[in-house]
Amino acid sequence: MRLINRRPDRTSWMLLAALPFVAVLIAYALGSAVRLAENPSDKLLPGLTSFVDAIDRMAFTPDKRTGDILLWLDTGTSLMRLAAGIAIAAAGGLLVGLAAGLLPYVRATLAPFVTVVSMVPPLAVLPILFIMVGLGEASKITLIVVGVLPCLIRDLMLKIDDLPRQQLIKAQTLGANSWTIAIRVVLPQILPRLIDSIRLNLGPAWLFLISAEAIASESGLGYRIFLVRRYLAMDVILPYVAWITLLCFLMDLGLRVLQRRAFPWFEDARAGS
Amino acid sequence: MTQISVRDVWKEYGEQVVLERINLEIAPRSFVALVGPSGCGKTTFLRMLLSQEVPTRGDILIDGVPISPEPGPDRGVVFQRYSVFPHLTVLGNVLLGAELKGGGVLGRLFGTARRQAKEEAAKLLDAVGLSHALDKYPAQLSGGMQQRLALAQALIAKPKVLLLDEPFGALDPGIRGDVHKLMRKLWHEHPMSVVMVTHDLSEAFHLGTRVIAFDRRRNLPEERLRYGASITNDIEVWPRRVAGNPGFGKDPNPPRRDDPATVDGQPDRDDPADAA
Ligand SMILES: Nc1ncnc2c1ncn2[C@@H]1O[C@H](COP(=O)(O)OP(=O)(O)OP(=O)(O)O)[C@@H](O)[C@H]1O
Ligand SMILES: [Mg+2]
Repeated sequence: MRLINRRPDRTSWMLLAALPFVAVLIAYALGSAVRLAENPSDKLLPGLTSFVDAIDRMAFTPDKRTGDILLWLDTGTSLMRLAAGIAIAAAGGLLVGLAAGLLPYVRATLAPFVTVVSMVPPLAVLPILFIMVGLGEASKITLIVVGVLPCLIRDLMLKIDDLPRQQLIKAQTLGANSWTIAIRVVLPQILPRLIDSIRLNLGPAWLFLISAEAIASESGLGYRIFLVRRYLAMDVILPYVAWITLLCFLMDLGLRVLQRRAFPWFEDARAGS
Repeated sequence: MTQISVRDVWKEYGEQVVLERINLEIAPRSFVALVGPSGCGKTTFLRMLLSQEVPTRGDILIDGVPISPEPGPDRGVVFQRYSVFPHLTVLGNVLLGAELKGGGVLGRLFGTARRQAKEEAAKLLDAVGLSHALDKYPAQLSGGMQQRLALAQALIAKPKVLLLDEPFGALDPGIRGDVHKLMRKLWHEHPMSVVMVTHDLSEAFHLGTRVIAFDRRRNLPEERLRYGASITNDIEVWPRRVAGNPGFGKDPNPPRRDDPATVDGQPDRDDPADAA
């Protein structure tokens, strides 16, 4: 059989999917064992016991100074910032994207501007944000918005363009005006696509969040990683990275489930067109 | 009643003349079938009737008034594809017409109004044979079901003119026969004129009251660009069909297949399709 037609069955599928993860773990364990055998106080590739200690310290024991459990504190603040940033970007993207996607006058006014703004590297404006809105929460949330919003707007505009022209004509022959076309025809079809866009922008959103936290913050996952870096505390950094990855994965999964539940027609419609 | 007048209409895309000197009077309650070779401008003509395109020259009038420059509820349409909304169920797709018309800023109906609209929609869906699929989404329907849905959806807005662009082109012959019967029934029942583009001559004669053929009168390679298509044939279908009167022109006791041909019973050329 041709390679393109050969498929693993369910068990081999799962085994194959697990393979790279296991390989990385084994490689790490080997490397760690070798280094620890040479120098028991090696900090670069700590062994399992150091991880257990570190995780216990960060996730289950209150901090001696403040009484907070650091991992949860960091997770809470980071997720708040991320959620606020993404929510604002999504709402704004939806509003502007819809207006610019449907109304030629708005598009003529905004499209070139949004295109140019989306070319500005968001991290380059971070100092400006610190200067203008201060070092507080606002600057971190703004950075996420600045980084994600232009992409969402452009993406939604393209997706509205992709809707078959016939649908807009058809709606007009059914007596719709611009507004009812927007809310009854375009918006419901754009929402599941917005979820796709958000999923794709989760990575950049985390990037902006961690950068902002690394530079100026008192808590947050990114702040903690960069703080303990000074002590070469790999036993804290690695679990934090794994935790961030897990959070990101769960958010992606959550969005996918939301898309399927809230828009049951979408998957078939996408496959059909 | 709805009289459509097309007065000396030309359509050019840049250098290319697509249609030229189109003059046409379409009587109220006509069923006009538009045929012609691929690329001769049938869809373009339909789009102009729909106000999706503007004629380069000439005027299109309905009842003596120039058509509005944008599509509106007086002219309904069924496209070859993408006519229905993928995010709405079958019932929702038909209901949408009523909701957009009477639903105010929200474009939604509530309470009694909604119930009435639902009943009307369900009746239309019953007429097109989709009453068993009310809660399905278009992606779960076959091509023929989608086109029937599109018909019901267009009809709820009660258009004066229904424009069809190869609506049944993608259907297999078996289903097509059913949809033809349905189409003719709907035309009899609803007070509208129909303009239908088709590639299928037998379909044209089977359904239409009048068959109009577009073609290029000059078709040499060097003439292609500057000469467009125009009306080359305009055929009144005989025996005459009369809207709202399905039995008109039909012999109540047609001779059976092996009966001898009679002169007094069937004086005219008969339409074999009508016998069915
Ligand atoms: N938007 C456009 N811009 C430029 N040329 C166009 C445009 N739309 C149509 N044409 C040209 O007009 C001509 C007629 O196109 P049209 O779609 O009306 O043909 P048609 O008769 O419907 O063909 P078919 O039977 O294949 O659907 C074609 O030569 C096409 O290239
Ligand atoms: Mg066409």
